[in-house]
Amino acid sequence: MVKVLIAKPGLDGHDRGAKVVARAFEEAGAEVIYTGLQATPDEIAEIAAKEKVDAVGVSLLSGAHNTLMPKVVDKVKEKEGMDNTVFILGGIIPQQDIPGLMEKGVSGVFGPGTPLDEVTEFTFEQVALAKAEDMAEQALTDMANKASNI
Amino acid sequence: MRPDHKRTKGELNMAEKKKHTTLSGYELKRVYTEDDIKGKDPKTQLGEPGHFPFTRGIREEMYRDGRLWTMGQYAGFASAEEANKRFRYIIDQGGTGFSVALDLPTQMGYDSDDTMSEGEVGKVGVAIDSLADIEALFKGIPFEQVRQIRTTANANSIIMLAFYVAFAKKNNIDPNTIGFFLQNDILKEYMCRGTYIFPPAAGVKLSVDVLEYCGKHLPHWTPIAVSGYHIRDAGATAAMELAFTLADMIEYYDAAVKRGVDIVAATANSYFFLGAQLDFLEEVAKYRAARRLYARIMKERYHVTAEEAQRLKIFAFTSGSALTAEQPINNIVRVAIQTMAAAAGGIQTFHASSYDEAISLPTQEAVTVSLRTQQIVGYESGLTETVDPLGGSYAVEALTNAIEEEVLALLETIEKNGGALKCIEEGFQQRMLADNAYKYQKSVDKKERIVVGVNEFKDGKPIEPAQFTVPEDVAIKQTAKINNLKAERDNERVKRALAAVEKAARNDENLGEYMIEAVSAYATLGEICGVLKEVYGKYTPMKIY
Repeated sequence: MVKVLIAKPGLDGHDRGAKVVARAFEEAGAEVIYTGLQATPDEIAEIAAKEKVDAVGVSLLSGAHNTLMPKVVDKVKEKEGMDNTVFILGGIIPQQDIPGLMEKGVSGVFGPGTPLDEVTEFTFEQVALAKAEDMAEQALTDMANKASNI
Repeated sequence: MRPDHKRTKGELNMAEKKKHTTLSGYELKRVYTEDDIKGKDPKTQLGEPGHFPFTRGIREEMYRDGRLWTMGQYAGFASAEEANKRFRYIIDQGGTGFSVALDLPTQMGYDSDDTMSEGEVGKVGVAIDSLADIEALFKGIPFEQVRQIRTTANANSIIMLAFYVAFAKKNNIDPNTIGFFLQNDILKEYMCRGTYIFPPAAGVKLSVDVLEYCGKHLPHWTPIAVSGYHIRDAGATAAMELAFTLADMIEYYDAAVKRGVDIVAATANSYFFLGAQLDFLEEVAKYRAARRLYARIMKERYHVTAEEAQRLKIFAFTSGSALTAEQPINNIVRVAIQTMAAAAGGIQTFHASSYDEAISLPTQEAVTVSLRTQQIVGYESGLTETVDPLGGSYAVEALTNAIEEEVLALLETIEKNGGALKCIEEGFQQRMLADNAYKYQKSVDKKERIVVGVNEFKDGKPIEPAQFTVPEDVAIKQTAKINNLKAERDNERVKRALAAVEKAARNDENLGEYMIEAVSAYATLGEICGVLKEVYGKYTPMKIY
């Protein structure tokens, strides 16, 4: 089962979107954890690592995305075994900010009006890709280990 | 539809839609007749405009005597200096009021240099750390031309009150001559808007302090605007919007009465802050039902006989959630429809959103269009020439009655379960809002509800880039300002003032006067809230979705 953390970093209180998306993930068969409002990037990383989530969905409508989103990504990825976590971002994100956020490790940015299926399907696909990558990496390590045993 | 009718491209077959429901889910009949308002005596249900139960409006003449609603714009961003420029522009353009939008750290009691403020300073409003920022914010404003200054102060409302009073006193202005309008509704923050600081019971105490202080000293201020707007935008139906708002109001007014506050003096200028959604008839009915419910509650629950305190003044604000990022120019039409509903519904103060708000904070051009939209509805549409123009429409009266009945049922449930505060602590309202928001999104995804440009009539063009950007250096400037302030002010006076605030809070006194002294001494917002957190603790948010 795919495990998703829906997070609201910063002081932004607009959580309608975060809650609706959380419910959509649950209905699509994922296990969902919601941070509630005002989660710090450190807290988000703690929960993500403790729950070993596959994806972190961040909701931001206050304009603080350029500051907070890269922090969330970095803090989560710093945790052991979390460097293939998928990050999605929802909210009011100006188009010109999206390339920069993608470069920082965000896989998808979803604005208001996005159909819920689009968000969940995209995320599941990305998680599947990330898992495949994990497996490939693991296989390579195993092979290397075996090779050194010979 | 005739069988030979050929549909043109871009015309949907509405017969394929299963239900004819309003935005709130009321099923509409093909036609309404007198049977639909049977048993409801128009004399008691409607009355005359300007008289109990005020269904038809709170003034006999409504807009006919040339006094339209107060046209305000939500403005205030980045630094106090920037916001000041926008305020002066609004007044120059014939606006009669404006809103001071506060950034999130200010709303939640953090100074701009706090680590919690990172990335948020000056983002959704202006950063206010001390009285020095208020002085910059209001520099050169011709107060004689301003009818109303609104502030989104809730958790910090008693402190914002103190800022304004201290500013007025320093400048030899009688604070009562400026119509300050405080939101001061903390309960909906726990339900949906999220800018709380202290636990709910302490939050209510501080809101009631403002009510009491204004009742005694600032009778021309609006001490509270009990807010349904955010509740609606968080997913409520029209009935939930009114019921949760009324339940919150009852929580505050009951507490005020318990303290011995003169309820007429404290509430005669209070407002309801409601949404203006797109379902035209339903919205008109909602404003009418709101006035009737309020008047009856004031009369029956609080035994208020003074008409000025039975009248519900409404501040309506076009729903932000109705705006689309796709084809944003279409939002001008949406806002015009919402404005017409509010005008036909007899509101007193209005804010029209700007068409680009689903993309970013509004540009000057978009702000001007939204002011012009109000002026066109007010001066050209003819809607303001007669009072309660849709009164007597079978459909509108039936909808008004339906909303009222549903609100009363919900109010009973909340009352039975211990009132608004208790229900919020248990997550009752939050659960209903989350459920309804999800239901709505599903209906849009399934195209049961059409949103032009979003799920139908799309043009395939990418979302436009934002035109308005906030400078990123506000936090640095504010931090420098705070450092200077702390070096220059009388720090002994600050210490004494903060100690007095803490003591008064522990003794459960009204904090008004203590706050005025603290801000006059240039204590910062963060310092004051820090002291109060020692007394009340901090609120831990719920995780309901």
